[in-house]
Amino acid sequence: MMAQRPATVLDSLNLGLRQALEADSRVILLGEDILSPYGGAYKVSRGLSKAFPDQVLTTPISEAGITGIAGGMALRSMRPVVEIMFGDFTTLIADQVINHIAKFNRMYNGQVTAPVVIRTPMGGHRGYGPTHSQTLDKLFLGVPGLTVLAPINLSGADPLGVPGRLLYDSITKANSPVLFIENKLQYLMKLLTPTDLGEFDMADLSPAGSGRYPFYKFALKAAPPARITLAAYGYMAALALEAVQQLAYEHEVFCELLVPSLLAPFELAPIIQSVKGTTRLLTIEEGTLTSGWGAEVLAITAAALGPGLQRTGRLAAQDSVIPVAPELEAACLPDTADIINQVREMVRRT
Amino acid sequence: MDKDIHLYQQLYTIRCFENLLMDQFSSGIFPGTTHTCLGQEANAVGVLSHLCEQDVVVSNHRCHGHFLAYGGDPVALFAELMGKPSGVCGGVGGSQHLHWQNFYSNGVQGGTVAMATGMALAEKRAGTQAIVIDFLGDGTLGEGIVYECLNMASLWAAPILYVLENNHIAQTTPVDLALAGSITKRFEAFNISASHLDSSDILEIYPLAGELVDKVRKESRPHVLIIESARLGSHSKGDDTRHPEELDRLWRSRDPVAIQTARLSEAALRSVNCQVEAAIQSAFEAALAVESRRG
Ligand SMILES: Cc1ncc(C[n+]2csc(CCOP(=O)(O)OP(=O)(O)O)c2C)c(N)n1
Ligand SMILES: [Mg+2]
Repeated sequence: MMAQRPATVLDSLNLGLRQALEADSRVILLGEDILSPYGGAYKVSRGLSKAFPDQVLTTPISEAGITGIAGGMALRSMRPVVEIMFGDFTTLIADQVINHIAKFNRMYNGQVTAPVVIRTPMGGHRGYGPTHSQTLDKLFLGVPGLTVLAPINLSGADPLGVPGRLLYDSITKANSPVLFIENKLQYLMKLLTPTDLGEFDMADLSPAGSGRYPFYKFALKAAPPARITLAAYGYMAALALEAVQQLAYEHEVFCELLVPSLLAPFELAPIIQSVKGTTRLLTIEEGTLTSGWGAEVLAITAAALGPGLQRTGRLAAQDSVIPVAPELEAACLPDTADIINQVREMVRRT
Repeated sequence: MDKDIHLYQQLYTIRCFENLLMDQFSSGIFPGTTHTCLGQEANAVGVLSHLCEQDVVVSNHRCHGHFLAYGGDPVALFAELMGKPSGVCGGVGGSQHLHWQNFYSNGVQGGTVAMATGMALAEKRAGTQAIVIDFLGDGTLGEGIVYECLNMASLWAAPILYVLENNHIAQTTPVDLALAGSITKRFEAFNISASHLDSSDILEIYPLAGELVDKVRKESRPHVLIIESARLGSHSKGDDTRHPEELDRLWRSRDPVAIQTARLSEAALRSVNCQVEAAIQSAFEAALAVESRRG
């Protein structure tokens, strides 16, 4: 039977895991509550323990321990995948990631690799409150030896879909540890097909030969030259796509949207290239503002372009606790309207 | 070679290595810091003499003795401590971060227990019959991840021998100020069987460790060997807050080299000492002679 093409991000990730387990018996999934029928708190692992009972291990509530154990397994030739139930709990694995797994290759002078993939959902808008809603990606950006990835909800040409392909490749091919950032609201999003994106010109600008980490550029077809570059990833990229359309149709502001899937190490050539034309750059992220992804993107772009970068903006969550009350939570986190407002502000002639 | 002499030779090799290292530290040849295993040589030799080729060793910050007893090259270790490209890890890892063959060390307390437990589970799944030896100190029992991993090691039957070197001190903190209850019971609570030995005598450690290595391999389950031991040197380069009288007492009662010396004839002793001292001196000189990094 031909596998059905995945429809959502969740389906795509699930299929990526399934195919990785199938492809390589050294792949093992470790995580809390991941056995069937439950399949993990967000169901990304659903059905997998039935199909691969020896390769799916449900664990005690021991985030640091399972991450460290995965590191040891990876040093001895396995390809472990760890699911951290909520991204907030990546704080508990920080020592294992930073002082162990990401260190091994360089610290042992290149003699070893530690290909661990750590998957975790970040993000709010679910009313889960201060300790189950955060986007902590920035804490792990710039850790030497660690690759940080976040997928966008595209179907692409690949039967796995873009998220599933990125995950599959990370598990089966990566030689360094990967922190794979998912997002709670993104799970149920539709994988956008070429038909869905009919109004857009889309290009993958990842450097030739390294197509592993797609870097997309979106602009509306036949639009006038863009006046501003937007940079966003993951769930925020989907919001930014909506914003790009509304800005064009309702406000006659034309943008280029740049979406990396590789967050760290930072490789920003396509953003820099775009800003050469637009001179304005707005970064969009769901983590808190201070010392975030956007700060680094702006710093790198400014260093590359000097006076060629004329206006900058960073849209991010407020530097605050994320409240449970829906209206308070919404006020704290960036949304499509915030993107539109900030873009209009940045292109206003002074 | 006679068994007593052979064991002595290994103990004395580690002793000479660490002594030379401490003697030379003030000269500035060695960057950074280091932790010697003076007084604990018999733990390294006693346990690691029983390994099969495929077995894995995970050590901590106090790893020189473990490395040498595993069969590591003193020239490469000296070079590593000097930060030279020919060192065990090219001078990147330094004193606490060694990897050679199936030997690994890391200087962050507690995390090595996770790494070692994961390795044991990987070897088990691959069906290699390898076991993992994981050295840890009494102070490291303060880290929470240790208990997460003991739980999983037992739950998933990891073939691992934890060797707890209880030297009764962690940096400057006596074990009484850091540890409540019983060490043995901590392991037993996870259904990890424990053996306990209060000795610095290689002839006591060696046979028991041999039995335990066999036991872990045969049962494919975790076990702990708790060795009451003595740190005869400072924590790192010269930071010992213990009373000199206390140290004196330890040197007189708990020196594994002295304990084994008493069993050797004078002639044998003289010959081994000469040979070992010359070997360590020439290892040091060989490491010193290789080119440093430019620039
Ligand atoms: C997580 C962590 N905390 C603190 C230290 C600093 N430190 C290095 S060794 C040590 C004492 C360890 O004591 P123990 O485990 O008993 O081993 P011993 O030094 O006695 O061999 C300390 C506190 C460290 N390396 N890692
Ligand atoms: Mg100690």
